[in-house]
Amino acid sequence: MTINLAAAAGNPGLNVSIFVGVVAITLFIVYRVSSRNTTTADYYAAGGAFSGMQNGIALSGDYLSAASFLGIAGAIAVYGYDGFLFSIGFLVAWLVPLLLVAERFRNTGRFTMGDVVSFRMRQRPVRAAAANATLVISFFYMLAQMAGAGGLVALLLDVHTKGGQALVICVVGAIMVLYVLIGGMKGTTWVQIVKAALLLVCVSLMSVFLLGKFGFDLGSLLGRAAENNALSGLVLEPGARYGKTETTKLDFVSLSLALVLGAAALPHVLMRFYTVPNAYQARRSAVWAIWTMVLFYLSTLVIGYGASALVGSDAIINAPGGENSAVPLLAFHIGGTVLLGLVSAIAFTTILAVVAGLTLTASASFAHDVYANVLKRGNPEPGSEIKVARLTAIVIGCLAVGGGILATGQNVAFLVALAFALAASANLPAILYTLFWRRFNTTGTLWSIYGGLASCLVLILFSPVVSGTPTSIIPGVDFAVFPLSNPGLVSIPLSFALGVAGTFVGERKGSGDPERRDEMDVRSVTGIGSG
Amino acid sequence: MKTMTSFSRDHDFTEEENDGQPDFSAIAGSAEFVQLRRRILRFVLPMTGLFLGWYLIYVVLAAYAPEFMSIRVGDNITVGLLLGLSQFATTVAIMIGYVVFAKRRIDPATAQLREHAGKASR
Repeated sequence: MTINLAAAAGNPGLNVSIFVGVVAITLFIVYRVSSRNTTTADYYAAGGAFSGMQNGIALSGDYLSAASFLGIAGAIAVYGYDGFLFSIGFLVAWLVPLLLVAERFRNTGRFTMGDVVSFRMRQRPVRAAAANATLVISFFYMLAQMAGAGGLVALLLDVHTKGGQALVICVVGAIMVLYVLIGGMKGTTWVQIVKAALLLVCVSLMSVFLLGKFGFDLGSLLGRAAENNALSGLVLEPGARYGKTETTKLDFVSLSLALVLGAAALPHVLMRFYTVPNAYQARRSAVWAIWTMVLFYLSTLVIGYGASALVGSDAIINAPGGENSAVPLLAFHIGGTVLLGLVSAIAFTTILAVVAGLTLTASASFAHDVYANVLKRGNPEPGSEIKVARLTAIVIGCLAVGGGILATGQNVAFLVALAFALAASANLPAILYTLFWRRFNTTGTLWSIYGGLASCLVLILFSPVVSGTPTSIIPGVDFAVFPLSNPGLVSIPLSFALGVAGTFVGERKGSGDPERRDEMDVRSVTGIGSG
Repeated sequence: MKTMTSFSRDHDFTEEENDGQPDFSAIAGSAEFVQLRRRILRFVLPMTGLFLGWYLIYVVLAAYAPEFMSIRVGDNITVGLLLGLSQFATTVAIMIGYVVFAKRRIDPATAQLREHAGKASR
């Protein structure tokens, strides 16, 4: 059985009209909710006026990118259990923000990650470091989403020429800049809420339907999945993808570490905790996000194995888009053209919404940390910061479009995993130390952020991802001296160690202000003094 | 809201300094604050160790003990699948545990401290 998806869809016209409809609805929402969007507090943090429930759903919207929706379900459909391992890392990761970060972040900062890590440190170098980390992480994450958008649309709309895909990426870039400029954080948040709700309803209905088809017996669903998979019984066991050699096993452990520690340090996730009024609502945000993600990842398990059972792994691998086509193919199999169009539109909105969130975060970090605090030393002219933020959003949009066109065809899952590794290495140690370790100082912060960032990038450069294998970015040459394709196993502990080392080296200079330290301590725990 | 009977009235940080800021150093040094901070850390740090350790055990089992993970315990249900689903269960359990702990042990104490600091809860 071979299904050519584009041919099966038969009618790209229907897909296009569903896409246009969804985009029109979301733009209308953005326009309606953003009557007032003139201050930095409105633009960056929606005036802190969202409830924990709204923000929690928006958080899951930010987090569940197209890579999660299409990528994980597709990996389960093709590789079985090894795909499931991904979703567990993505979910367990959320205990880090819940237990350690969310409430203290809300209490301490106002708009960006730089607000928290620079709170009791020397402002200019630390803010510049935080902004650098934010911009690099957001850029890699955005490249992944844009490259994914090109591939997805090629798959669903039957656009296969380079020029056609570039045009699609330009349109995606233009729409997301519109979201951000018109809607600011408030508009972007509502887009996330609408998108997350659509996504959750869609995946949970699909998985209930699939379970129903097998008499609500997971065992028989799995049995059929194994029958129709080229790997047969191996899909129920770990190792189909990562178990080949000792290196791939270690690579898997490295990836898992990056996933579980990266979520709490992604700048666009952190920034969401500022959109609620207080720490209690920040906690509720994390709780709602975890509930929605439990539902989502359990559904992807059923959908992934369901796709293997009903569509078959051969048909999925041979379809344009490979693994990523598992969910669309399954949608077509159980719901025909209309469900396929709907699933595609949701995936497309997902990319738009995630990219808009990233653009907002990166523009906030540049305008608030670099422009207002580093260049203008905390005293920008009234109204100029938000102008810079809007301008930056446009520049970032252009960069993302350019990068996305160049990155088309790159492995999306790799780029996302890299962004997680970067976040876990550059941001997480500095955030945890500054919140929980009184002695931590400016030198420690700088060593940890720059050390984590640099080690991660250097290890990637010398990994098999860049050179040495047929699937590398530069396949012709081989300078891959580092064997793992995910650097987390080395760079995350290194960054934690550098934070400690830098703190003890910097201590001699007598840096650090005890009063500011007390203020941060009290403020982060109780919220006294926070806006 | 429950009140903490043990809350001492010896301290008073309602006096604000000239710039309208609460006296953070006085609060940071107060017994109530030190106790609250320690109580939070005693909950969140072991819990973090617990879930990270449990997750890493699971990851290492999946990578290095595939035979164990592949044992069938039922009709196509493997040990690995059950362990994976148990990660979902422990995540939800730790989340609920923290929410209950925070509601009973953190929020009332924070409210007291804020009241004493002269800042109404927002």
